[in-house]
Amino acid sequence: MTGGAATGRAPTGLSLRHRLAERGVDGQLLLLVPAMVFVIGLFVYPFLYGLGLSFQPTKGGGAFADYQRFFSDAFQRDTIWKTLKLSIPAALFNVLASVPIAYRMRGRFRGKRLVTTLLVIPITLGTVLTAEGLLNFLGPAGWFNRTLMSLGLVDQPIRLINNYWGVFFSLVITGFPFAFLLILSYLSGIDPSLERAAATLGADWRARFRRITLPLLAPGLATTFCLTFVLAFSVFPSAILVGDPTGTTRVISIAAYQAAYEQYDYPFASAIAMIMGAVELIVIGVVLLWRSRFYAGSTGGKG
Amino acid sequence: MTTLNPTAPTTATGTRRRIVASPGGWLVWGAVVLFMVFLVGIVGSVLVNSFGTRWFGTWLPEGATTQWYSQAWTDFSLMSVIIVTLEVAAAVVVLSVLVGVPASYVLARRDFPGKKVVYLAFLLPIMMPPITYGIPLATVLYKFNLAGNITGVILANLVPCVPFVILTMTPFIEQIDPAIERAARMSGARTFAIFTRILAPLLVPGILASSILVLVRTVGMFELTFLTAGPDSSTLVVALFNSMNAAGIRAQQSVDAMAVIYMAVMMVLLVIALRFVNPTQLVAQVKEEPEP
Repeated sequence: MTGGAATGRAPTGLSLRHRLAERGVDGQLLLLVPAMVFVIGLFVYPFLYGLGLSFQPTKGGGAFADYQRFFSDAFQRDTIWKTLKLSIPAALFNVLASVPIAYRMRGRFRGKRLVTTLLVIPITLGTVLTAEGLLNFLGPAGWFNRTLMSLGLVDQPIRLINNYWGVFFSLVITGFPFAFLLILSYLSGIDPSLERAAATLGADWRARFRRITLPLLAPGLATTFCLTFVLAFSVFPSAILVGDPTGTTRVISIAAYQAAYEQYDYPFASAIAMIMGAVELIVIGVVLLWRSRFYAGSTGGKG
Repeated sequence: MTTLNPTAPTTATGTRRRIVASPGGWLVWGAVVLFMVFLVGIVGSVLVNSFGTRWFGTWLPEGATTQWYSQAWTDFSLMSVIIVTLEVAAAVVVLSVLVGVPASYVLARRDFPGKKVVYLAFLLPIMMPPITYGIPLATVLYKFNLAGNITGVILANLVPCVPFVILTMTPFIEQIDPAIERAARMSGARTFAIFTRILAPLLVPGILASSILVLVRTVGMFELTFLTAGPDSSTLVVALFNSMNAAGIRAQQSVDAMAVIYMAVMMVLLVIALRFVNPTQLVAQVKEEPEP
């Protein structure tokens, strides 16, 4: 197992090479280099550059001036709250709605692949197209309001676009299938014989779900919540298109975008991006901390 | 065993039938149907509007026409947009496979100091939302005059795609028997020969699957392309966003026609993708964290 045989034929180099090879370092690791260059050049360096830039405000006033500016301006500061108000309920809804549905569907049945394929469609289409569809479908003259009105449920079209609900719906349309498919794969990874054993001991389905399935599923739920939350937290196109981008759905990514591309204030934009990352990490950290209190061993199944 | 077997399936189907008939079951199926109705409504209203002549205050448009498609095709110069999209997607797929596969080989086969750090470095770009690192990335790319053109779009899209290839290929390589490589080495093959003659043929299915996933992600990737694209380097989804955001300049039907074209591209890709991967793979970027 000696790669890179072309280099270091000298006897002195050999011993070092030998010692390195024993620890698992040899020429083959060079295969990692292109990928590492990529990640460092296009991810780590820009990130650190942005971090450094955020401490060099264009208008001067000390290293933390841009952060102070963000938190002292209510228009900017409130974007954090608006983003969380949108993303946490949406992520919770997606996860909590997925659990019972996935629980029913975890077995084999005809058309399961069709259902999962249909659910992948909104994820594949993405938020921009979903926004376009929602504008047509939920708009005042759209099919949804028309149906409600002809059923006599409402007298006037309800306003569902260009406000909080438009963005919320777009987050559910793309986020729910995502959460559902993840939870379904976690659920099918739980060994069904565990539940059957509980059933022989006389547990009804409620007890089986609460005592067997839920504890085994909890780590998966936490991970799914994190991933769904991250998607919802960085909502950008739908907040502009179906939301109210100057008011109730002026989320933090819009604030960062405006700073960078409308005011050309890159240090301020970087500061907002860093704040965004930090808030996100705090929420994820809390969820993962909560998760670490659960059983984290094998779920016995194939997954 | 033989006496037990016939009873087991009947009880299993019996319970399942009972579950489906219960009110909870109806509720669950009701929710699924409601979601599907929304989905059909969203896709259908875009589709119908793009073929409609005048649609005001009725269930369906007054007549059908295809004029919006020809109008959208010329107004948004869709030909060049589609060519840019294909160029970007092809470049990202090829580069991310070329860079990613060798790295995933090392990660799958070797143990070396700092492996966990390397793994984490590849995991982070996937776990982070594009907008968060997209703004610093675009700033750096603009600083080196790389953004605002097709190069910047390709570079930005590679950031999540290279790690994605690595993370999907690593488990795939792990399940290839290393004895085959050892046998080749014994017969005198160098690493390069092993890659081209032994591994490459075995890796084709895995590379195909991850390429198609990268393709779907790149064509659908909005944020990174949006932040780095210039006027001549927008992909289809960014052009769609721009035309929607400039609402009122063009007829809504024309924008919808463009949306249908985008939708058709994505559906073709999805159909191709589903021949090679299962639906969950399109969603679950990382199945689990490396090691808890």
